Amino acid sequence: MPDTATGARIEVEGLTKLFPGAAAPAVDGIDLEIRPGEFMTLLGPSGSGKTTTLNMIAGFESISAGRIALDGGDIAQLPAYKRNLGMVFQNYALFPHMTAAENVAFPLKQRKVAKTEIARRVSEALELVHLGGHGERLPSQLSGGQQQRVALARAVVFEPRALLLDEPLGALDKKLRESLQLEISRLHRELGITFVFVTHDQDEALALSDRIAVFRDGRIEQAGTPADLYETPSSRFVATFLGDSNVFTGRVRDGLLDTGWCSLRAPGGPEGAVALVVRPEHLRLAVPGGPRAEGNVLSATVTDVVYQGAFRRVLVRFDGGGSGQVREAAGVSRSVSVGERVEVCWSEDAGVLVPDGAEPPANQPVGAR
Amino acid sequence: MVSVSPVDAAPAVPAAARRRPRGRPLLLLALPAVVVLAVFFVVPAARLAWLSVSEPALGFGNYTAMASDGVVVTVVLRTLGMAAVVTVLCVLCAYPYAYLMTMVGPRWRAVLTALVLLPFWTSLMARTFAWVVLLQDTGLVNGLLAAVGLGPTRLLGTTAGVSVAMAQVMLPFMVLPVYTAMRGIDRHLVDAAMGLGATPLAAFLRVYLPLSLRGVAAGATLVMVLSLGFYVTPSLVGSPQQSMLAQLISVQVNQLVNFGAAGALAVTLLVVTLVLVAGVQRLTRTGGAPVGLVGGAGS
Ligand SMILES: Nc1ncnc2c1ncn2[C@@H]1O[C@H](COP(=O)(O)OP(=O)(O)O)[C@@H](O)[C@H]1O
Ligand SMILES: [Mg+2]
Repeated sequence: MPDTATGARIEVEGLTKLFPGAAAPAVDGIDLEIRPGEFMTLLGPSGSGKTTTLNMIAGFESISAGRIALDGGDIAQLPAYKRNLGMVFQNYALFPHMTAAENVAFPLKQRKVAKTEIARRVSEALELVHLGGHGERLPSQLSGGQQQRVALARAVVFEPRALLLDEPLGALDKKLRESLQLEISRLHRELGITFVFVTHDQDEALALSDRIAVFRDGRIEQAGTPADLYETPSSRFVATFLGDSNVFTGRVRDGLLDTGWCSLRAPGGPEGAVALVVRPEHLRLAVPGGPRAEGNVLSATVTDVVYQGAFRRVLVRFDGGGSGQVREAAGVSRSVSVGERVEVCWSEDAGVLVPDGAEPPANQPVGAR
Repeated sequence: MVSVSPVDAAPAVPAAARRRPRGRPLLLLALPAVVVLAVFFVVPAARLAWLSVSEPALGFGNYTAMASDGVVVTVVLRTLGMAAVVTVLCVLCAYPYAYLMTMVGPRWRAVLTALVLLPFWTSLMARTFAWVVLLQDTGLVNGLLAAVGLGPTRLLGTTAGVSVAMAQVMLPFMVLPVYTAMRGIDRHLVDAAMGLGATPLAAFLRVYLPLSLRGVAAGATLVMVLSLGFYVTPSLVGSPQQSMLAQLISVQVNQLVNFGAAGALAVTLLVVTLVLVAGVQRLTRTGGAPVGLVGGAGS
């Protein structure tokens, strides 16, 4: 692999996909600019339009409206086989009747590369994904992780300037997923090309990406660096989709959030119906009656303590109503026990105020309402 | 009969993945079929084989006579040629048809499947006589040919007429295995091929076709084997001058009452059939990975 290769710039404007017979568009007017060499992740719950977006970029799906440009040139009318983009599918999509090496050689054969050159580049690509020596195996004789490595090698062997990956690790178990995450990260660094990575796994997105676009119902809810999204989410959806959070809803007046059961000091932000989002690691537990910290203090009862190795998750029920969670470093402080009375405190600028949008996804842990 | 289904033909799957407990009770379940086959197939076949070397005198006289009889050699070659033509016709019709079946929605698929199975629900005689009517000099087919300036052509009693009629009768045996193989092909594979730079034609030739070939091989074996021994359609649509092996056997038995010669012909037919089946099996076994296992895990 020459390391002189640079990534492609991918621009998407007003991209829309309406499947025939569908009530709502699967992708609804998306704008996104992916910079050369960037690792861009499309993150969102299942059915939010990530795959459809990727398939339109790859050319497997026609577009209903909008524009896709590769390095400034419109590619909407270009068939998939002329776009020169690498693609990795969730189910690998290896050709079952070809060996690993034949799979990797496939894109080179299509490009009429000379035989000796093919042999050299195939073995290089297999080395790149640590599969040298497995070239003669059929896909069915390889493990899931090895199959996905072959798929990666096949997608980069022809030196595309962008690699599209659709939940490439979705079918693998946790341990394997983590080692392949590192692998993909390394590939991105070594190849220097643009990666567009689809996942519904927030941890994966936070760990790998330069930037993340959060998808919801065919729209991009927010796009930014992992830190941007985590620290300053622009909506309750983004706040609860990325990481755990405590959410207090109510109305803001004169810097105070009235939740109906307590009054909290709020940071600056939108007025009216809002949600205050506080990350569990920004909450602290204190003994009732002890020295009071600046900021918000709520009395609560511990309902559960979950030991998670490096930290503890303490679930509490606030006296006024609702529940929340606190993340405490394990071993630093004394562990509280279930039923104990505590005070939950946080500094007022630790929270983020967002407009109170729709409900967060059901499978995410949610704080007080 | 040799069973060649696309599923059975798949070898080389990780053993642990498909091995099922295979105890004696399961063997017992196969017993009725084994008994029926033994009584109604193996015993008569063995008896025929015995007759061929014992009637009228012990020895291989029937075979040497057969080999030196120009007519018999011609008929064997004609039968083989006809079976090949019928098989090719079936592949040409069944492949696009089966592909269409995989592309349409469930409702149309039901209609297309019913159309394939329709011949199974009507008697072979009825269908063959229908072809006799259609292929007459003044029949529908010749009418159509005349309309485009090609007719009338003699069809009834020619090998062309016989092969068309036989192909229609055999079509379901080709469509169903090909459809089964195609249904097992992951749609993403063709996308993947095009994403990797293959033109639609190249994606078809390098990926879709090889993966569907197993079904074609299964169907071709069935059609070939059935065509070799076909009697009804060739004798009604064809002519005695163009007779096939099964008709020749019938003449030996019914008209000449020469069981020795008939036995020798029957054994020849059996051997030719077995050789063909073995050849196809060998060809497909070297064809690579099983059709059913596409890409391992995943959706
Ligand atoms: N081929 C299709 N025909 C009709 N609807 C589709 C098709 N593919 C996807 N959809 C719909 O489009 C929406 C987005 O799907 P998808 O892009 O696959 O989401 P994601 O990849 O984020 O899970 C879903 O509601 C899905 O049902
Ligand atoms: Mg998807």
